[in-house]
Amino acid sequence: MIETHTSLLLVVIPLLAAPVTAILPNGRLPWLLTLAVSWLCFVLAIWQFMQVMDGSVISYELGGWEPPWGIEYRIDIVNAFVALIVAGMAAVTLPYALLSVEQEIPKDRISLFYATLLLCLDGLLGIAMTGDVFNLFVFLEISSLSSYTLISMGRQRKALTASYQYLIMGTIGATFLLIGIGLIYSETGSLNMVDLNNRLPAVFEHRTVHTAFAFIVVGVGLKLAMFPLHLWLPNAYTYAPSAVTVFLAATATKVAVYVMLRMVFNVFSTGFAYVTPTDDMFLLLGVFGVVFASISAIGQKDAKRLLAYSSVAQIGYILLGIGFASALGLTAAVVHIFNHALMKAALFMAVGALVYRIGSSHITQIRGLGRQMPWTFGALVIAGLSLIGVPGTAGFISKWYLVLAAIEQQAWVIAIVILAGSLLAVIYIWKLVEALFFQPAIDDTKSVREAPLSLLVPTWILVLANIYFGLNTELTVNAATIAVQVLENIPQ
Amino acid sequence: MDFIFGHYNYWIVIILMMAGFYTVISRGNLIKKITGLNIFQTSVFLLYISIGNVEGGTTPIIAEGVEQYSNPLPHVLILTAIVVGVATTALGLALVVRIREEYGTIEEEDIHKQDESL
Amino acid sequence: MTGQWLMILAIALPLAGAAGIVLCGRWPNLRESVTLVTAVSLGLIVIELYSRLQQGASLTLQLVEPLPGLPIYFAIEPLGMLFALVAGLLWFVTSVYAIGYMRSHKEKNQTRFYAMFAIAIASTMGTAFAGNMFTLFLFYEVLTLSTYPLVAHTGTEEAKRGARTYLGILLGTSIGLQLLAIMITYSLTGTLDFREGGIVAEHLDPAWVGVLYALFIFGIGKAAVMPFHRWLPAAMVAPTPVSALLHAVAVVKAGVFTVLKVTVYIFGTDFIVSSSASDWLIWFAAATILLASLVAMNQDNLKRRLAYSTVSQLSYIVLGALLATESSIIGGALHITMHAFAKITLFFAAGAILVAAHKTEVSQLNGLGRQMPLTFLFFTIGACSIIGLPPFGGMWSKWYLAMGTIEAGQYMLLGVLMLSSLLNIVYLLAIPARAFFSKATSADNHFHGEAPWTCLVAMSLSSLMCIVLFFNPEPFYSLARMLVTQAP
Repeated sequence: MIETHTSLLLVVIPLLAAPVTAILPNGRLPWLLTLAVSWLCFVLAIWQFMQVMDGSVISYELGGWEPPWGIEYRIDIVNAFVALIVAGMAAVTLPYALLSVEQEIPKDRISLFYATLLLCLDGLLGIAMTGDVFNLFVFLEISSLSSYTLISMGRQRKALTASYQYLIMGTIGATFLLIGIGLIYSETGSLNMVDLNNRLPAVFEHRTVHTAFAFIVVGVGLKLAMFPLHLWLPNAYTYAPSAVTVFLAATATKVAVYVMLRMVFNVFSTGFAYVTPTDDMFLLLGVFGVVFASISAIGQKDAKRLLAYSSVAQIGYILLGIGFASALGLTAAVVHIFNHALMKAALFMAVGALVYRIGSSHITQIRGLGRQMPWTFGALVIAGLSLIGVPGTAGFISKWYLVLAAIEQQAWVIAIVILAGSLLAVIYIWKLVEALFFQPAIDDTKSVREAPLSLLVPTWILVLANIYFGLNTELTVNAATIAVQVLENIPQ
Repeated sequence: MDFIFGHYNYWIVIILMMAGFYTVISRGNLIKKITGLNIFQTSVFLLYISIGNVEGGTTPIIAEGVEQYSNPLPHVLILTAIVVGVATTALGLALVVRIREEYGTIEEEDIHKQDESL
Repeated sequence: MTGQWLMILAIALPLAGAAGIVLCGRWPNLRESVTLVTAVSLGLIVIELYSRLQQGASLTLQLVEPLPGLPIYFAIEPLGMLFALVAGLLWFVTSVYAIGYMRSHKEKNQTRFYAMFAIAIASTMGTAFAGNMFTLFLFYEVLTLSTYPLVAHTGTEEAKRGARTYLGILLGTSIGLQLLAIMITYSLTGTLDFREGGIVAEHLDPAWVGVLYALFIFGIGKAAVMPFHRWLPAAMVAPTPVSALLHAVAVVKAGVFTVLKVTVYIFGTDFIVSSSASDWLIWFAAATILLASLVAMNQDNLKRRLAYSTVSQLSYIVLGALLATESSIIGGALHITMHAFAKITLFFAAGAILVAAHKTEVSQLNGLGRQMPLTFLFFTIGACSIIGLPPFGGMWSKWYLAMGTIEAGQYMLLGVLMLSSLLNIVYLLAIPARAFFSKATSADNHFHGEAPWTCLVAMSLSSLMCIVLFFNPEPFYSLARMLVTQAP
């Protein structure tokens, strides 16, 4: 019974839990319920992933209405992988959130905060599950609206303007997506992804379809912080509460990448996409993203902002992988979706621990903390090494596949850009390392204790995962390889 | 001729869309931005609804002796999208209220100045 | 215990030692004994591994496989054994020295020092035993990262800047050049295994061999070929035991070791010669040899002078690899050993001078020999070995390198080697000459005595080896011989 409804449960359980959480009394109960839900979702996501690992597909009809008339949840290995990442990140972030949220969110808003977090999780999982493009839009807006709310709950007042800016840009992006969906609906009469894939080739020549494609790519590109549509990201990540930054940095943009992959490869199909200059555009914007964002990161004075720009650069890498239009490039992109979630979540958790102890992430304030908080510092160093791409870490695996894909296509300039990006990452990570370790502490008389266990344990779980998945890549690379096959073939 | 009058719905959509988009970008007042966003979204609603209309079709409720109906699906989609739009507007305005509380102004330039001066 | 377990133990034991050092941080004597016990055990393990290799055992071990065709793979062959023996034996000697130095200099953060030292040794062992380029690259990077805290140990602004240069150049070359070369190799051949005769010969158009080889040579920044040599003098801000082991023995030797490994097992010496890949690279190595010697002559700071001397000596080994003849490879491999023992003696002496007499500049050393006769005697022995004079071990490596240049028909290079030896005499022997024969200036006339006794013990051991290796260069010579004769 459970197996057949797993996909639906992944969406329904957080959705039902959200209003329940909202009415719980403020205290630890909302957190407890959210924790239970996130762990349950993680278990369900693992179950679901194991079912499609061999390349099979789950098709779940909502309400018993057959596709293409009804909404279908279609799970193949690509979205099972994404769902696994989202649920996994939620499961790791919730234990972390307990103390972090208590410190940063006013007490009377805690139950509302967790309710919103559940809605965000629900939206992201829904995007991953669905096989209907309009349903995708709805879930995208659910996750976006809840993200805006979550970000606005940050302690500084700039969180409000950051959230507002994100709201405006995000809504424009989602509306562009809506326009695109409307246009392809008008051409084919269908909203189901598989059905669209069957019907679109007949109308590939129509300008409407081209326009729709353009709107969709730009709309989704805004959501995934593709350069130059990334302007909302640095502010949003910097001023959001720490736990929110951890969760969003690991999941939101990755899910948007998944949407891009689905749209380009499975709805429009590569036959169409590569007739347009889309892959060259991805390469170009990927290169710019990597270079400009990495250089911007070096100049930042706030650790969270630095990492936010680093995220834009990492998205640039994923776009490069997609732009190569080869199996190797796509494998690199899919693997990096997973690895980047691990790295960035660990880094933001470590910085969040610093914020927990001293209330700021500004580089002048965090001086010398590395010696007083050695475990936090160690986590930051190892996750930073993964970001740089030192062998033995997950980041190296992604870089390896990316550069290999570039070499395969003799794209020497891009190979050098990817490696240069790693070197730029050395510079900005080392900026943090030096500030934390070598500078004298700002106030020597006040000693800072190490971060509490409930913050350290999730951080170190992720750090160890970085090393584990850098050495044992069976899960990630196998999943990516099969995913690439699914993306490149016509799904049936 | 037919290009303009035959497709008047598309022209209206385009004009509204550009008006809304322009307002979002050019106006510094936060509420005006949200209004612009609303106009932008409304133009998309009109796009959907207008393409759902079938020439010679009646309202999509099954009745005796009627063969052609207009397409009900876009209406459904737009109802959803309208709800999303309302939620977005509500959230945006709530944010503006809070920004007013914190900054004392809702003009983008003044907010920028206050942030820079820190 | 099987050979495989011994290999793992060789890497795991220093890591366990590091953990032990951290745990015993509060009791210095206990902590120091952990270091010494671990170092002695490692020395014994390496010797045992060597005897097994001699008996013909094939020592390989494959662990996880992160990337297709690229497992973490250990396989001991003659060159790796040579490197492991040198590093493993010298860890003990350096530990003895370090204890004396750190205590009398009253350095801070000693626990961190000994622990990172142990981790660096573990990565050196991993590099020595690597069976494919992927594993080697992994440990190469770990070595860079684990030595960074050692270079930046004192925490002063100067140390930070030096450490930044160190990290910047080493990571820059390894990620920007070496990784690119590794990936191109993998993309061409599908593997990165070290095999006799190399792996690229059939896959690579001879016109491009030079480019790929150059990417490797410059990408192996630890070999300090100009212009990527600046990190070596910059790393002299580190405490002297760090300079001694890591920069006379482990880090730089890992660099030239990698160069030799790549030459023999990735490209294959025959392929290098037949494709004239290194024709123009040779001149970079030659230029480094001479230019570094010239710069060394101008350095007044003793450790910087020794650093530039190291840069020059490393290019001897690189030259041996580039020439790719039998004798030059033997010479290069032998020089890893000879230079290690000699240079470590010189650095030990420099540190002793710092600790006992508080002097860092050559110009301050006038007449110091009368107060520290043993230290300067050991210095002279080390210097003579570097110059290549009999009866010191360095003569053999210089001999084989010279033979190599003749074999390759490069008489200009022979001249370069000769010239460099002359320069070595000037800037190295000048130091003991000053110490013994110049009059001390009146300002330095207070009595401070010899170096701490542990430092003297360490120096005597290493300089003794310089002499012993002249008369009996085993087992290093036979390992070097094995290296060239096994290649088809």
